[in-house]
Amino acid sequence: MTQPVSNCPNCGAKIVFQWSSSVQTVCQYCKSILVRTDVDLKKVGQVADLPPDSSPIQLNTEGIYRNKAFVVGGRILYEYDQGGWNEWHITMNDGTSAWLSDAQNEFAVSFASNAAGLPASGQVKVGQQYNWNNQSYTVSVITPAHYRGVEGELPFQYWDKTDVTFADLRSQSGKFATLDYSDEHPALYLGEFVEFDDLKLKNLRSFEGW
Amino acid sequence: MSAGTPPLSTLPKPQAKALNCPQCGAAITLRALGHAETVVCESCHSILDAKDPNLRILQTFQAIIGEVPPLIPLGTRGKLRGTDYEVIGFQRRGIKVEGISYYWHEYVLFNPYKAIRYLTEYNGHWNDISVCKELPIVQFATANYLGEVYKHFQSSDATTNYVLGEFPWQVRVGEHAAVTEYVKPPRVLSAEKTANEVTWSLGEYIYGADIWKSFNLPGSPPEAIGVYENQPSPVSENVKGIWGAFLAFAIFLLVLMAGFDLASSKGTAFESTYTLNYGEPKGEASFVTQTFDLEGRTSNVEVTTSANVSNSWIYLNFALINQDTGQAWDFGREVSYYYGSDSDGSWSEGSTKDSVVIPSVPAGHYYLRIEPEVDAKHAPISYSVEVKRNVTVPGFFGIAFLALLIPAIAITWRSISFERARWSESDHPPVQIQLGNSEE
Repeated sequence: MTQPVSNCPNCGAKIVFQWSSSVQTVCQYCKSILVRTDVDLKKVGQVADLPPDSSPIQLNTEGIYRNKAFVVGGRILYEYDQGGWNEWHITMNDGTSAWLSDAQNEFAVSFASNAAGLPASGQVKVGQQYNWNNQSYTVSVITPAHYRGVEGELPFQYWDKTDVTFADLRSQSGKFATLDYSDEHPALYLGEFVEFDDLKLKNLRSFEGW
Repeated sequence: MSAGTPPLSTLPKPQAKALNCPQCGAAITLRALGHAETVVCESCHSILDAKDPNLRILQTFQAIIGEVPPLIPLGTRGKLRGTDYEVIGFQRRGIKVEGISYYWHEYVLFNPYKAIRYLTEYNGHWNDISVCKELPIVQFATANYLGEVYKHFQSSDATTNYVLGEFPWQVRVGEHAAVTEYVKPPRVLSAEKTANEVTWSLGEYIYGADIWKSFNLPGSPPEAIGVYENQPSPVSENVKGIWGAFLAFAIFLLVLMAGFDLASSKGTAFESTYTLNYGEPKGEASFVTQTFDLEGRTSNVEVTTSANVSNSWIYLNFALINQDTGQAWDFGREVSYYYGSDSDGSWSEGSTKDSVVIPSVPAGHYYLRIEPEVDAKHAPISYSVEVKRNVTVPGFFGIAFLALLIPAIAITWRSISFERARWSESDHPPVQIQLGNSEE
């Protein structure tokens, strides 16, 4: 794998992209949010100190999903009135981009979907049913959340957010869907809940006393 | 591949932080390594913001019904289904049914790598609870979850009225949730509905003794009182089994009976008819029959006596004698039949036929010695004696049948009683049968 190397326009530190399709990264030294352009890296923002973290996952955590190895490359942190959660961006060994969400150690793996006919932000209500890819989903919760920060590499630009709304949907078979209303057009992610043990995670954080 | 990656300085070193309550100054221990949203001071019960470095006070509450010490102290660690958990939070919640309040306790279990689990306790009945990932399908009074049907048990409004320790959500005393419970012992499926969320969780009944062992607690758990909604019935599992066994055994018995019937070289070994004429003297009238053969292996012999008695009786002293060995079986049989009518209508007593089975008679040449006794003024009585080899004894099979039927009925009865006790606490109580005053 080629690992394009450049330098942080803010502090000059070496920036290595682990994943060639990354659009954005965060300088691990000065916390500048850097976006790839055709020619160089541009600083678009700065990550404030992230809140104390409780996730057992961290950058470079590796695991296996459906017989494919993956590695954690970056994350987006959100907060809502009942806590916080992480959307870890993972890349599979075949180059596929996916998300491993970790909400208080409840894990789900999801993939961006290009399904059409997504409900607009105001239309979606708890209990509604939607059908995507021949799978029925029911809206279980609508979460008004707050963007809290980013870390590592991401497949798109994501930094100037404040309040974002999510609708989580569940199915009768453990499938999972999220409607992300971060942007003007809703984005849909389809996936499933996964068991911590099934992911065979390596390079996890260690917790003192555990 | 990650050469040159600096240490991830954004990650604070996790450890149990020692802090003080801004309300009363008591020491606050944070155990959940950043997972907690709220922490409750164990001393003054102020609910504090666990994410705030200064532990901002979110709510203070008075323990209305007094202090409730958790049965499993906060900070206790134990292994549950293969994973280590630490008790980090405790709450008491209550529901009101027909004006009576019922309380149960919930323990929040933490492991930094696994999802939060809960233990609940009500009157010594425990449940191990985790949040459902799949969505149950609710239809009328049932919920279908992962292919299993759960029956609606109770819908209630649960209120939190006492909290202690840490919670991974914003806990408040006084908060309400509409709780709907469906049961399929030993599991319970519950939906907790708040303003903008429905959370389904699955509980599995667990015995207090197992928790005491898992968490290495001193003493013994409180005794379980009554029957709990998803408590596995100690007998219901056996009901199907015992009736299955009963059926199988009954069939086996029938086959066995039929088999005996077919296999036995059954048949009449001897048959003869005699007459006692009117006034023939009784006694000293004994006689012997001709010799007959009893064949095959050692087996039973049935002696049937029929007599045309009518409001009279005949008594016969029998001896079955083995001609070869001299071994004898003595027995007396009475044939009597009486009938008539009185103010209650007609009646009858006795029968004109009698039979007896003599067990374990070896093969050989046999004869009978017969000594009839009758009333002095008897009418002529004609009687016949028949000797059969290898008869099937339904009595034995009947006893075996009953021996299995009785426990089957007893177990079924116990199971029904248990289920009645379970459902009497639900929204769908079984119809009560009032048996007078039971003021005990």
